Amino acid sequence: MKKSRGWKEKFIPIIAILAFLLIWQMVCFFHWVPGYMLPSPVDVVKALVNDFPLLMHHAGVTLLEALLGLVIGVLLGFVTAAIMDAFPVVKSALNPILVLTQTIPPVAIAPLLILWFSYGITPKIILVVLVSFFPMAVGLLEGFQSVDPDMLKLLKSMNANRWQIFWEVKFPAALGTFFAGLRIAVSYSVVGAVIAEWLGGFIGLGVYMTRVKKSLSYDKMFAVIFLVSALSLLLMELVKVLQHAVMPWEYKKEK
Amino acid sequence: MDRILRAEQISKSYSDKQVLDEISFTLNRGELVSLLGVSGVGKTTLFNILSGISIPDGGNVFINRAEEGAPEEWTQITGVPGELSYMLQKDLLLPHKTILNNVILPLRLKGIKTKEAEEKAEALFAKFGLKGTEKKYPSQLSGGMKQRAALLRTYLCGNKVVLLDEPFSALDTITRSSMQEWFLEVSEELKLSTVFITHDIDEAILISDRVYLLTGTPGKITKEIEITNPKPRNQAFTMTEDFIGYKKEIRKSLFVDQVAFS
Ligand SMILES: Nc1ncnc2c1ncn2[C@@H]1O[C@H](COP(=O)(O)OP(=O)(O)OP(=O)(O)O)[C@@H](O)[C@H]1O
Ligand SMILES: [Mg+2]
Repeated sequence: MKKSRGWKEKFIPIIAILAFLLIWQMVCFFHWVPGYMLPSPVDVVKALVNDFPLLMHHAGVTLLEALLGLVIGVLLGFVTAAIMDAFPVVKSALNPILVLTQTIPPVAIAPLLILWFSYGITPKIILVVLVSFFPMAVGLLEGFQSVDPDMLKLLKSMNANRWQIFWEVKFPAALGTFFAGLRIAVSYSVVGAVIAEWLGGFIGLGVYMTRVKKSLSYDKMFAVIFLVSALSLLLMELVKVLQHAVMPWEYKKEK
Repeated sequence: MDRILRAEQISKSYSDKQVLDEISFTLNRGELVSLLGVSGVGKTTLFNILSGISIPDGGNVFINRAEEGAPEEWTQITGVPGELSYMLQKDLLLPHKTILNNVILPLRLKGIKTKEAEEKAEALFAKFGLKGTEKKYPSQLSGGMKQRAALLRTYLCGNKVVLLDEPFSALDTITRSSMQEWFLEVSEELKLSTVFITHDIDEAILISDRVYLLTGTPGKITKEIEITNPKPRNQAFTMTEDFIGYKKEIRKSLFVDQVAFS
């Protein structure tokens, strides 16, 4: 029973996507939309294959920026959440500021960062740090504070110090929300890097996008869009695999 | 009489509401004493004070640090955590740790090497009916097994006195009965000195050497009953006339107080 449902859950979306691609291909094949405006899926795949070495060259840089920014963002988010958890004063002071920074769209700060830090890799990494920091800080803080107060009492009755309470109880309790936050941060980080490149730079998928846009190569534009979302999906999937490895107890619920 | 724990005139209020009023009692070495009272009377509040994680408004807690038979050496431990082994009202096993890693937590917190702690704990798994659960996670265990694991962890805290807050109250009747009998055996074997909270009259009579009744608002100790029948006891004891006699006596006291305070 359960197995067959899992099987269906996996295949229904795949069939839906295939159907979508088929309809799209038909729309182009019968010229319902002019070919220069909407390339067919086959054209997009061709563009992807033809430009593959170049795309990989750009993608490598984008990924590097995304990952560097992500690592820094995660570390900063972790430290911030830990401090906010340990000191309620800091928490009430920082909370509104954190929320406020989230109302600023990344597209709006990217040009500023480029003005300040020029066209190199630095402004891209900073933007990724900014967009990945928040989901990490929020997720971790929520996790730290989710610990049952009675659990803290128990540890206190065992004479545990704050450090021990943090590593034995709070940090493991935050892993669930940590990974939830990380999945969001990962996709933000790729998009953030692309936006920053798009607004000024010499290399990266965002730069590639601006170039193919100027030459009106619709097929290449679609190809790079697919590549960006494929990269995000791949990274999110990696996070899932990592979570399985780090949190075995979550997947051993049954007796 | 070789006493091991003494509570003297412990009082506690939360904001305006007084919860405990001058609670005094003693625990002798190797003895099991129950605190019996209705829900909300302040039993857990008292345990939080005894264990040092909460500070009373008045009164003190003392522990006798001397070995058995030696002259008593009383030390005040009011507000000092880590002196008594405390099992809270829930099992509170950490979901991310295996049973083995859960039970050795108190040893590791004291700085004992994991290897050494594991060896010490593994030797006790059979005694606590936990053989084969070492590598399992708490979510894979039944309620009764989780309580056993929490008890083993409490025992491994290694203090002279054990505080148990309604350890069996969440279990079904049949599991509870067998846990009570098992616990009676184990506590004899390990020579535990235990303060046991319960709101179950039968349980209190079955397992205790003495029962203190905690009644009223604020909670007070209104009666002390000694259960003199020899140990270890089993469920057959609950059918005897002695047992019913104790039960009547306790019910009468509880009922009188209920009327007086309602
Ligand atoms: N931290 C707290 N702040 C305010 N009031 C509290 C607090 N802890 C307990 N109380 C109150 O003190 C009273 C006694 O609570 P306590 O938990 O000690 O009862 P109990 O006898 O253990 O009950 P139960 O059998 O349900 O566990 C209750 O009225 C409760 O509402
Ligand atoms: Mg209670």
